[in-house]
Order: sequence, then C-alpha cells, then structure tokens
Amino acid sequence: MTSLPAAQPGAKKLGLVIDLDTCVGCQACATNCKEWNTSGHMAPLPDHNPYSAGQEGVWFNRVHSYEAGDGEEGRTVHFPRSCLHCETPACVTVCPTGASYKRAEDGIVLVNTDICIGCQLCAWACPYGAREFDDDAGVMKKCTLCVDRIYNETIPEPQRQPACVTTCPANARHFGDLGDPSSAVSQLVAERGGYELMPELGYKPVNRYLPPRRAPKADAGPPRDAGPLPSQITNPLLRWVDKVLSR
Amino acid sequence: MPADGGSTDRIVYSAPIGDEVKTTTCYMCACRCGIRVHLKDGRVRYIEGNPDHPVNKGVLCGKGSAGIMTQYSPARLQAPLKRVGPRGSGEYAEISWEEAMETATGWLKHVRETDPKKLAFFTGRDQSQSLTGFWAAQFGTPNFAAHGGFCSVNMAAGGLYTIGGSFWEFGEPDWEHAKYLMIFGVAEDHDSNPIKTGLAALKQRGSKIVSVNPVRTGYSAIADEWVGIRPGTDGLFVMSLIRELILTDRVDGEFLVRYTNAPWLVVRNPGGADDGLFARDADGKPLAWDRARGAIPADDVTLSAVLVGDFTLEDGRRVQPVFNLMAERYLSADYAPEAVAERCGMTAERIRRLAAEIADIAFNHPLTLDIPWTDVWGRKHDKMVGRPVAFHAMRGISAHSNGFHTCRALHILQMLLGAVDTPGSWRYKSPFPRPIPPGPGPAGKGAKPNTPLTGNILSFTHGPDDLLVEDDGTPLRIDHSFSWEAPLGLHGMMHTVIGNAEKGDPYKIDTLFMFMANMAWNSAMNPMETIRCLTAQDANGDYVIPHVIYSDAYFSETVPYADLILPDTTYLERWDAISILDRPIGSSHGPGDAIRQPVIKPDRDVRPFQEVLIELGARLGLPAFVKEGGSPKFKDYPDYIVNHQRMPGVGPLAGWRGEDGTKKGVGEPNKDQLQRYIDNGCFWRHNLAPEESYFKHANATYLANAKAMGMMGNSNQIVLQIWSEPLQKFRLAAEGHGAKQPPAHLRERVRTYCDPLPFWYAPLEQQQHDTDPFPLSAVTQRPMAMYHSWGSMNAWLRQIHGSNKLYMSRERAIAEGLAQDDWVWVESRSGRVKAQLSLMEGVNRDTVWTWNAIGKRAGAWMLTPDAAEAQRGFLLNHVISEWLPAQTGPRMANADPITGQAAWYDLRVKVSKCAPGEEGVTDPFPTMLDPPPDMPATPDILRYNEGGQKP
Amino acid sequence: MNPAPSIVFFTVASGAGYGLLFWMGLLRPLGLVPGSAGFGVLAIGLALVLVMLGLLSSTAHLGRPERAWRALSQWRSSWLSREGVAAVLTFPPAGLFFIAVIGHTEWLALPAGLASAVGAAATVWCTGMIYASLKPIRQWHHPLVAPGYMLFGAFSGAALLAMLAGFWGQAAVPAAIAAVLGAGGFVLKRAYWSQVDAAPPIATMESATGLGFIGTVRPLDPPHTETNYLLREMAFRIGRVHAARLRRIASLGGFAVPAVLLALAMVSGGALAGVLAVLAATLALAGLLAERWLMFAEATHTVALYYGVDARG
Repeated sequence: MTSLPAAQPGAKKLGLVIDLDTCVGCQACATNCKEWNTSGHMAPLPDHNPYSAGQEGVWFNRVHSYEAGDGEEGRTVHFPRSCLHCETPACVTVCPTGASYKRAEDGIVLVNTDICIGCQLCAWACPYGAREFDDDAGVMKKCTLCVDRIYNETIPEPQRQPACVTTCPANARHFGDLGDPSSAVSQLVAERGGYELMPELGYKPVNRYLPPRRAPKADAGPPRDAGPLPSQITNPLLRWVDKVLSR
Repeated sequence: MPADGGSTDRIVYSAPIGDEVKTTTCYMCACRCGIRVHLKDGRVRYIEGNPDHPVNKGVLCGKGSAGIMTQYSPARLQAPLKRVGPRGSGEYAEISWEEAMETATGWLKHVRETDPKKLAFFTGRDQSQSLTGFWAAQFGTPNFAAHGGFCSVNMAAGGLYTIGGSFWEFGEPDWEHAKYLMIFGVAEDHDSNPIKTGLAALKQRGSKIVSVNPVRTGYSAIADEWVGIRPGTDGLFVMSLIRELILTDRVDGEFLVRYTNAPWLVVRNPGGADDGLFARDADGKPLAWDRARGAIPADDVTLSAVLVGDFTLEDGRRVQPVFNLMAERYLSADYAPEAVAERCGMTAERIRRLAAEIADIAFNHPLTLDIPWTDVWGRKHDKMVGRPVAFHAMRGISAHSNGFHTCRALHILQMLLGAVDTPGSWRYKSPFPRPIPPGPGPAGKGAKPNTPLTGNILSFTHGPDDLLVEDDGTPLRIDHSFSWEAPLGLHGMMHTVIGNAEKGDPYKIDTLFMFMANMAWNSAMNPMETIRCLTAQDANGDYVIPHVIYSDAYFSETVPYADLILPDTTYLERWDAISILDRPIGSSHGPGDAIRQPVIKPDRDVRPFQEVLIELGARLGLPAFVKEGGSPKFKDYPDYIVNHQRMPGVGPLAGWRGEDGTKKGVGEPNKDQLQRYIDNGCFWRHNLAPEESYFKHANATYLANAKAMGMMGNSNQIVLQIWSEPLQKFRLAAEGHGAKQPPAHLRERVRTYCDPLPFWYAPLEQQQHDTDPFPLSAVTQRPMAMYHSWGSMNAWLRQIHGSNKLYMSRERAIAEGLAQDDWVWVESRSGRVKAQLSLMEGVNRDTVWTWNAIGKRAGAWMLTPDAAEAQRGFLLNHVISEWLPAQTGPRMANADPITGQAAWYDLRVKVSKCAPGEEGVTDPFPTMLDPPPDMPATPDILRYNEGGQKP
Repeated sequence: MNPAPSIVFFTVASGAGYGLLFWMGLLRPLGLVPGSAGFGVLAIGLALVLVMLGLLSSTAHLGRPERAWRALSQWRSSWLSREGVAAVLTFPPAGLFFIAVIGHTEWLALPAGLASAVGAAATVWCTGMIYASLKPIRQWHHPLVAPGYMLFGAFSGAALLAMLAGFWGQAAVPAAIAAVLGAGGFVLKRAYWSQVDAAPPIATMESATGLGFIGTVRPLDPPHTETNYLLREMAFRIGRVHAARLRRIASLGGFAVPAVLLALAMVSGGALAGVLAVLAATLALAGLLAERWLMFAEATHTVALYYGVDARG
C-alpha cells in the first residue's frame, strides 16, 4: 500500500554509494541509465525536441558540477543525482493512487505507471528532485535501481547491478545492501564517512555519498629530508665532478 | 484496505536483454573500448562495456553509452551526393554509387597520371591510418595526414624523439603502483576509460594526484592539488622543477648512466660542422668518459661514467657529457622558481615544494617488485626497483608553439627521476618503446605520375637530408610539413592545407579528399576563412581548389562545401582494424589489436569509407590493390584486413596469424583470422611475462620477444635521448653546414628553435604581436561527454551540452564589472566572437575558456536553426588565426616551429560586455545550411524503446 | 513553485464553493440567510458549480485525468486522496441538501446541510494539508497554511453568501461573518508572511550537497544546458518588487477592502449592501487568486538548490 511497509529488522535496503572523490563527471552513469531504462521497466524515457530548440528528456540520473570553496583552496565536485530510495519516502505516502510504492523485500521505491494519474504531487514531495515526469505518457517515472537487471538471471551474475554502477569508469558508484552493516557498501560508508543528503528532512535516504578527500593546503611546507636547501649549495655542478656512476 | 501499486506492477525479472549480442569496438571517441551490443528485433537495445576487454574491462563512458543515438541520428547521410549548385549553397543531387565512384576515379586518375601531389588526402579523426596512409603512398602523393597535426603531435614527437614513447596510445602511468601522479593539461584523452579507472585506483590507494591545468574540471577536479597554471608556461614550470632537482641533488644518476644519453660526449666546437654532435668511435658508437679509461664506447657494460667535466679526445676534439650541458642549462637563473613563478601564475615556494614532494616519493619511497629480469648487457637482476612518480600529459601542454620543447622537458624530468618504465612510474604501451627516432625518413621525395611512393609518408626525420623540400628549401608538401617550417611535422599540418591550397603555396592542387574532418567548422582555425578558401574562384570563375571529395557519415558543416560526398557508415555498421601498424590497443601489459565487425546492416545507401577506398585503389590501378591482370585484389575491407601484407607475414592484425592461427605478430595470413577475433570479443591481446614488464628499453627478454613479434627491427637497447642529435643537425644546417640548408628567411628560426636541449620561449604568436590589449589567455577543452565525438546529432549528448559559455575567474570578472550570464565580445588580434559569460573559481585568473565544438552552424547536423547549438553555442575558433601575425616574408602557420602542431592555445583575447541589445545570439552567425535531399524528418518527440514494452 | 493556473483556479474556486456550502449548511437551519427555494438553488447551486469547476480544473493538471478515480484509494496516507474522498463524500449530502432546500424538506435540509458543512470543511482542510504536509517547501510546510486554507475558503464563501443574500436584502449576517473572516484573513496572511520571511531556509546548497565542509558551494554546470521539468515546476522565481506589489494587492484588495466593504454592507443594508457585497465578493475572489498565485510563486523547493537557485527567495 501507499503507506510504507512496516520496517522489518534486518530488512534489505538496496541502494547506491556514490564516491564524490573519484567522480570525474563523465556522464557515463547518466547515459547508460538512459539507454538501459528507455527500453526497461519504465520504458520509454522520451526526449522532447530531440533535434531542435529546447531539447529535454526524461533522465533518471543527472550529473551536476559544483565548486566548493574559494579559489585554489576549493574543489570542483561532480555530483550525480538520482533517487535515494528513502526509508520513509514522502513521494510514496503522498501518492493518492498507490502507484508510488516502496517494496518491502528490498526497499526499492517504484512507480506503477499503469495506475499513476500524473498528479505530480510526489515530485513536489521529493526534496531531492528524483521524480521525472513523462508528460508524453502523462505519468511519473523514476530510477528503478534497475530492478529489471539486478534480479535478472539471464544476465551474468557480476553484471546484475544497476547500469550506472557497472558502467562507471571511475569506480565512483557502488551498489549493495545498506541494511546489512557487514555488506561491502556499508563498510565503505563507515570507512569513508559516507553521508546522507539533507537528513534533517527526515526521509532517511538509503543512498550515501562519500565526501571528496580534503585537498592538502597548497602552501604546505616541503616534506622532511628533502635534501639540502638551494642556498646551501655554491656550485652544484662541482658535486658531480668526483661522482662516479657505474652501470 | 486500499491495495498499492506494487501488487499489480508488472516487473519482468527474467527477460533477456535482447535477441542477440555482438561484440565490437566502440568509436564514440578514440579510446577503442570493447563493447557488447545487444540487439532486439534488429535494432540496438543496449550497448555495454565488454568485461573481458583489456582496454575498458566492462566499463563504458558517457559517449559510448549514448551510441544508440549516434546510430539512429537523423543527420546520417542517406546516399552519395553530387553538388549541383555553387559550393556552400547546399544544392545537391543524389547519385548512384557507380556514378560516385566513376566521378572520383575520373578526377583522381587524371591527377595520378599528371601530378599525383595535386591530390591532398587528409583524414581527420581516422582510426585506419595504416590503410589511408598506405593508400596515399600507393597513389603517389606526399600530401597525406590525419588530424594529429592539430591535435597532439608535439606530445608524440617530443616523446618519440626523447624516450621512444609518449602518452595516450604510447604509454601510461603505472596505475597499479604509482604513489604520485602529476598530470598536465589533460581534459580528456584518447585513453579515456583507462585513465578514469586508473585515477580511481590511485585515489583508493591514497596516492597523491597533482593536476597542472589552467582549468579545474574533469580529472583536475578530483586531483588532490590543482595548480592553475597560465597556458603556455608549463615548460617553464617543468624546467624549474628540473632545476630544483639538480640543485638539490635529487637525481637518479644510475638510471641516467644506464638508460639515457646523459654520459654521452658532445663535441664542443662552436662554429664547426660537428659542434653539438655526439663524439663517436670508428664504428659510429657514441662515446662516454670513463673515470679510468677516458673515452670509451658508451654502451660498455664496465663504464664508470663521469657526468661532469670538460675533456679532450685523443684526436683533439673538446667534449663534454650531455649531463654537464643539461645541468648547465637548467641551473641557469632563468629557470629559478623566483624567475618563473609569476609568469606561471604560482609562487616560487610552491614550485620548490612540488619539486621536493616529487623527490621525496622518488628517492625516499622507491618501489621494489620481486621480479627477476635480465638487462641488455645480459646481467640478471633479482628485483625491479622503481621510482613511483608518474606523469601524464595531453593536448594542454602540446597545443602551443613552444609545446615540443615542453613535452621534451617533461620527459627529461622523468629521466632525472628514474621514472621511465620503472615500477610505479610511467610505462610504455606495446609496441613501444621504439628506436629514437624510429625508421627511415618520410616518403614524399620524387613523386612521379603513376608511381607509388616507397615507405611511410608520415615518418621520422633524422636530419636535414630527410626533409621534404626542394633544393631552395621550398616545401614539397602542401601543408609544409617536414619542411624547414616544421622539420619534425610527423602528423602533417591539416590546419594549413586548405589555406595553402587556395594560395597555391607551394603549388595549386587539383583534388582535396577528406574523411571525417569538419574543416568548414570546428576542426579549422578561423572557419570563416577556411570557407572562403573552399569557395574561392579564379578569374575564370573556376574554383581555386577544383575538386573537393568528402566522406562522412553525417551532415556536418563541411558537407555543403564538397563537390562529391561519399556517405560513410556508422561505427556499428562496419568492419575496421585497430591495427598494429597504426596505433593499436596495446597497454603496458602487452601488445594487442582489435577489430570492428558490423553489428547491424545499414538502412541507407551508404558504404564504409575504407571499402570505398580499397575499391578506388583498384579502379585507379594502385599496385597494391590490383592483381597482375588489373582486377581488384581485395573483394572488400575484411578481405584486405586478413590478406594484405605490408611485409611478408606482417598484416593489419597481429593475432592468430599463420595458416592455423597459432602465430603472433608475424605469420602468413589466416583465412579464419576475423572469426577468431570475433570469437575472442573482437580483440587480440598478448600478455607480457612479468620479467618483460618494466625497463623495456633495456630489458633483454622484452626486446628479443618484441623483435620476434615484428614490433621492432632489432633488439638493441633504446637509449633515452636527453640531448637530441637530430635537432642539432637541423641547427647546424641553419648555421651554414651541410648541403641542405634552410632558406634565408627561416635560418634564424631553425637555429633558435632546433635546440638539442629543451628551452622555454614565449609562444610565437605572443612574441609577434602586442599582447597588452589582449590580457587574457583563451583555451578550449572538449567535455568528457563529447570528447572526440562531435556529438550534437546525438539526441542525448546534446541535452548535456547544447550550448557553451565562456568561463572566467569570478574574482577577475567582478573586478572588470562583468557578471554571471552577461553577453560579452571575445576579441583577439584576428576577430571577435560573441558569447555568454559564466563565472567560476577554478580557473587561472588570466585565462578564459570554453567547451569546444559545441557551437554548430544553423541547419547543420539536422538541427533546426533555432537550436541552442546555433544560437548560443559558439566556437572560439572564430578568433584563432591559422597564421602568425603578419611580418615581412612568407606567412608562417600559427604552429610549433619544430613539429607544425597547431598552436590553438597560444590565443590571447580581451573580453568586454556587449552593447545593450546585442545579447542573446552568438556572432558570427553564418547563413543557415540546407540539408541534402531525402534526409529523414526529425521528430518532435523521441520515444526510443526497443523491446521495452511491458508484457 | 510554478503557479499552474489550473491549480490556482482550482483551490480558489473549490475553496469558495466549499465555503459557500459550509455557511449555507450552517446558517440556513438557523434562519440567518434567506430560506427560500430560489435562494437555496442559487447559493447551493453556485457552491456546487464552483466546486465542480474547481475539481474539473484540477484534473487539467493530471497527466492521466481518465484515471482520476484511482485517487480515492490511498486515504490512509495521502492528503490528496483524502481530499478526493472527502469531496466525493460531500456530494451526497450536498445533493440531498440541494433537493431538500428546493422542496423545503426541512427535516432533511438540516442534517444534510450540516453534513455538507462538515464535508466541505473536511475537504478544504485536506486541500490545505496537501500543501502543509510538504516538507521540502518551507513556505507551505507551515502551521498557518492549512488554517489559512480553511479561513480563506470560509471568508470567500461567506462573501459570496453575503452577495447572494444581498439580492434578498438579507446580507447582514453573512456580511458580518465575512467581514470578520476577511479581517482575520488579513491578519493571518500578514502574520504568515512575516514568519516565512523571517524563517531561515530549511536547507542550503551546502547542506543539499553535503559539501559545505569544503566551503561555499556554487553551481558550475547544470546536468543539462537547457531547462527541464523540475526547473519549470520547482525553481519558479518571482522578483521581490513584483512579489511585494502582489502581496499588497492580495492583502488589501483580497482581505482588507472586502472586509471593510462587507462591514459597511452589514451596517447599510438595502440595495447598497447588495452592491457593496457584490464588490466585496468580486474583490475577495480576485484577491484570493492573487494570494494563491503568490502562494505558489513565492514557495521555494529544496530541489532548486541543486540547480543553484537561491532557496531564500
């Protein structure tokens, strides 16, 4: 039902861990998601004005670029944004038809496009902009966490992951069960201080972002044992005159 | 209780992705990843990386994943066309392939029978240069090249003349072991996915990444430290690092003595014909100074080298070791951090600190691998010790008129650190290293009617005798490559071809034949001038360039300027060989090559360009393309790939050679070769044994095996060249020695720039005009989602980059009264272009930049004229001149004086706010292009969905 | 937020319709409005027409209006579903009320009227809660929003009732109620604005991206160079000057002036009262359209932060 499934202890929480430290903004996750899903569970992902002014389409994954901090001390950060598969998603509870639902078995948030009326209230309710309205079909669509890939036995086991994860060249996307503290993704989150987006809103996103490593200060001193200071050297070439280098 | 949608949602958990899956090689950029293409009902359902492929190991970037939209773009040309209106009018008629081939054959036959050099054959973004170059040589014209001259020839030449390798297809960081990586000017790379994967691996190991780049995007974004250098000063920065290392005695002397020409003795005889050449013994072997024995052959295993000193040989010649000369140069105060810092846009302390950091990793944290190996002297070592500092560079340092020396300086830095093909440093990709420089000089002298040229057109000059010039120094090539203007013009100078052809400099041509090169737009410096040249008419009203043949798969801006258009297939519709004779997919782990196979049939009247070229070769009777009786030798391109032999046993593909497919590299043609490739995922890879994996330039096992596989002609040590003797030979000629000397107007230029040791000079363009009115450097980058793929005909990629802005430092813009989204004029010495401004933090304060090739001409690529690409996208090309500022004497290309590399990034501009009312649309805004006939309608809404319907 | 005309009209029209129905259901049994069949037909009829027009208009906002019936299923969690259910449940008593009033079936009119009033109030409360429950939009997720919807519906309904009753020369009671509610609306809206203006944003670009630990976060490049659904829908921005002017129009034209006019109508009586009430009702509805448009236009959604659109707006 649109009401959320009762939280089960130890229940699976499938989600993504996105490493902002290594994402180079190549858009692989965005376009691979697009090509998988335009023929996938929520097919198609239409594009308006594909060859004219005002080109725009339905994408489940969009990569922003930000600059954090000023000048050379700052950092450019590429920031992929998609559904976070919240534990308590308002997009589900506001849905008047039950089209929007959260699966009890793995926590994936989906839309049943057969019964969606396209009221778009879920898009208003999502603070993260994860909802993608297909105004061609008149229904809401969204990231499915590639539900038609991750359980698909016709796909070799290592590739049974969301398309954005298998394609990512920078190893910046990881998929797994964030409900299991011993899973690889949970451990990665623990090691790297993975964080939730806007936790203060209380939707308990499952996806986590790994922060960029802090750049060392540009004016840090030289490492220790860095050799003699230039001022201590009078004629540097002379030092080599008596040096014999054999093979 | 109300039911939720989950109980009725029809999720298909076990549908196969498609009906069929085929492997091939991606061509959405130059990276050559392996892909698996899933087909459903004959259409492409999904393209994914091939997990077994050595290049990408299953990953696939943003372009490769958008291949479907390139495949099904409405901008695909539909059939051969001939021009029926004036050039540029867009009036075409569809013709049959027979008519097209006859027309081309007619024009080309006449050229070949009269003066073959009047064919200029330039192939842009070509991955089949082993065929196209061979075809040009068979035709007999020296006027062939691909896009390397305006891409990164400085990097290639700098590397191949110094360490026998370079970056991208030539070498790569030791991703598994490097502890420190410094990257220069890399926005994207031919090595796209391996770099992404490698950077992630480095970061996960906690290695430090430093990016030296005026702009902090892409790879620079994830660097631990960003050095926002001013464009064109990288060489100064690198030479300052070199100075610091020498000054602080942080130099790997053993590496220098074993593997480089640092101990070689250079003749000091100012004014003499042998000044600056290596002192050699009677056998021609370079000499070094041994502590006990004096001058002995430098390759003597017992050498105890003295690197600093001033010696006299028995014959009285005065000599000094290369190291001595190098150290003297870089210890000069000119390269002191204090002297260079301001010009480079950083502090002297920072240069010192970076030098110290690099030295610390190299010398205090060496990397040892317990792998025994044997060196070229036959000595066995029980381990491999390396300096885990890696470097990588690309077009950013290369596309300057001082780029060649900058690239060489970077390699010298690597040598000083002992960081060339040692564990943890930079590694050669097979088939590199190659001899320095490799092979005989370029073919092109003595072009005669109906006669092939012998050898490779794009090859390596060793000295003045190899130049392609008349006795008076006039260039033999239309682009002036391999002339005194660009003696190391290894990749040609495509950016000068059309201008020179129009001017008749050095001669008029008859036919311009181009493939995948958008010269009437984003591939040209100054596209409006290029268009003028393409449409220029003589007094009789005839076109100055009489015939233009163009092959492309898409309706690009260049199509309307061709007389005959040969529509190519897409990359998913064709055979191709990523050939071992060109730039194959080898890596540091071993040699490899790859093929493309057609995964879908063309639905248009189009043919793969390579197949057309082979048929043209047969129709023209080019010896290698016909049998003795004159009938075609190859029935199609796959037949050529399998059966063509460049030398006995050596063909386009190295894998599964020999009749039974058991031979590698060298072996008889194997009729099942392509099937073997297909069975293996469309690639072949030979993995080097651990003992061959490093020190390849001096690794006896590696060199012997490379020779056996045909990758090089001998198994001699490849001695890395700090001092470049070929350059000194050009300099000596300029000083008046030898039979071939530069013409008077180039004498000083050759003498100055052909310096055997790298030095830094201000970019030529900036030396030759008053830069004060143009305070800003201006550069471009290709965005990762469109690198090497023009992309705007791709409905998905054009959503990501549909228009481009001019990026400027926020601090600087505010100081100049400019604000986010202001419309501005960008003005250089040669023109102005209108753009919209965007402010950012991560850009050098004296630099503006934009994404390149996003702006499109209205109507091209089947985009409607109101498209953002035409209205708000702009090309910086409009303000880049292909010529240096006017001076007395012949005009000179805006290029590196040694290699002819197009100096895109030497540009200086000023930026000023548009007048009110000028906002909103870019300028220049050339007239709209009309599409060819019978192009498909473009939909208002695209619903791509192959087999995705719910049950 | 994008002030979609269909939703602006819907909420104003159905709010007024339910307000009118509410007051009819409450005041008629007490004899405080004309008891004639004619008045009943006009008042209840107008109420139902406004409600229906509003609901019809709201379906224009749906991607699949033919599936609108499905919206009734999720009343357990969804305020939109509850609104639909409440609206549907209000129709039978409202219909009976209408019939009873025509036929002067007073034993039925009383419970049907009261039930209609309850249904109307419940429906408008649900409408208000649709907005008030949306945390990402801080200007909506505010304790005065749902009461506001109630108050404004009641006010506009009462003003309409006063207008209609004015034709019968009996505007005094509804006019008095409307005047008080108008004044209340003025106060509430002013209080609401001063509170939302003073409140800090619920999130910033720094918190939305989690990158604040590095420093100020600024957008460099959006994911796509052209606009998109989210930006059109949730990053709508209105200029400060324009907003201030509209606020004056809404608060003065929509509440204060109608309240004064209605107070005057209450005092004056007679034909003048009718004229004043017509003027007041018209102004109130026009003002509420402006108020509702502003309610959207001034609302900021956290998603705009990802696009670098300032959420403090």
